[in-house]
Amino acid sequence: MPAVNTASLPDIVFMLLFFFMVATVMRQNTLMIENNLPFADQVEKLDKKDLVMYIYAGKPSENYRQYGNESRIQLNDKFADVKEIAAFINAERASKREELVPYLTTALKVDSDANMGLIGDIKQELRKVNALKINYTTKKGSVVGR
Amino acid sequence: MAKRAAPEVNAGSMADIAFLLLIFFLVTTTIETDSGINRKLPPMEEQTDPPVIKQKNIFTVIVNKNDDLLVEDEPMQLKDLRKAAIAFLDNGGDKSCDYCKGPRDPESSDNPDKAIISLANDRETTYKTYIAVQNELVAAYNDLRNARAQAQFGMSFVEMEANQKDVNWPGNKEALKKKIDQIKAEYPQKLSEVQK
Repeated sequence: MPAVNTASLPDIVFMLLFFFMVATVMRQNTLMIENNLPFADQVEKLDKKDLVMYIYAGKPSENYRQYGNESRIQLNDKFADVKEIAAFINAERASKREELVPYLTTALKVDSDANMGLIGDIKQELRKVNALKINYTTKKGSVVGR
Repeated sequence: MAKRAAPEVNAGSMADIAFLLLIFFLVTTTIETDSGINRKLPPMEEQTDPPVIKQKNIFTVIVNKNDDLLVEDEPMQLKDLRKAAIAFLDNGGDKSCDYCKGPRDPESSDNPDKAIISLANDRETTYKTYIAVQNELVAAYNDLRNARAQAQFGMSFVEMEANQKDVNWPGNKEALKKKIDQIKAEYPQKLSEVQK
């Protein structure tokens, strides 16, 4: 059997490498919670990535079981209380240019098994600081039959 | 001195290096999801007297802590919700809405402008059910708007909004904006939420 010519193997590998290098977005926040997003099909894309504030919520993941089994909020890199949301939003606003502040959107990345009580509290806090544009981040897919 | 040829670099290990990098990027890549359902929260304001709304103009959807749906006092499956919401919104009971295709039942909503969907959920409702219900209600509005836009302008509403956002779209944006606003006014999204 003749040996397979592997001369073009580096080229192929480089091609793949470049694809992944370009497609990679380094995660800003290390997630300390389970974050299995729900499905929806009437979705819109968030277009201005730098004008989005992320609020995560869900059960603490395996490594953080000492924080309990109840759904919690994560802001930046740590667990937070509902009351800290206002401060977080104000800090995010202060870090952006003034004219861009009205375009800020809050993206809620919430685990599908979280309960609505927590989300209701988050929404109430957001209303208090007048951050009214929100986006429920979801995966794309049909909702019926899941 | 004689010109010496540069010694050739051994490229044999190039593939190994590339593989190493490739595996590193494969492992660190997380394709972020950046799409979802956009909503606007109602602003905080002092308590004013609530406007008087006729019971027949309200479509109540209640989700309990076991994720069961109660729609207009009847239990309902999630898959039937979209159709029920469309029937309610498109009813046109007072005959002032000439584009409505509903049954014109005097016991249901007067016209799309007056029709309000009220969504109530329990503190223990799971998030995925809430999103599913929201999705179906938004879908009901989108379906109606799409049908209306298709009949009026030969283009679906979702397409019109996509064009509006697309910087490379060659058409007249001013005219498009007007069309979108017209459709939005004909089927305004009136969705109120309560938590028990």
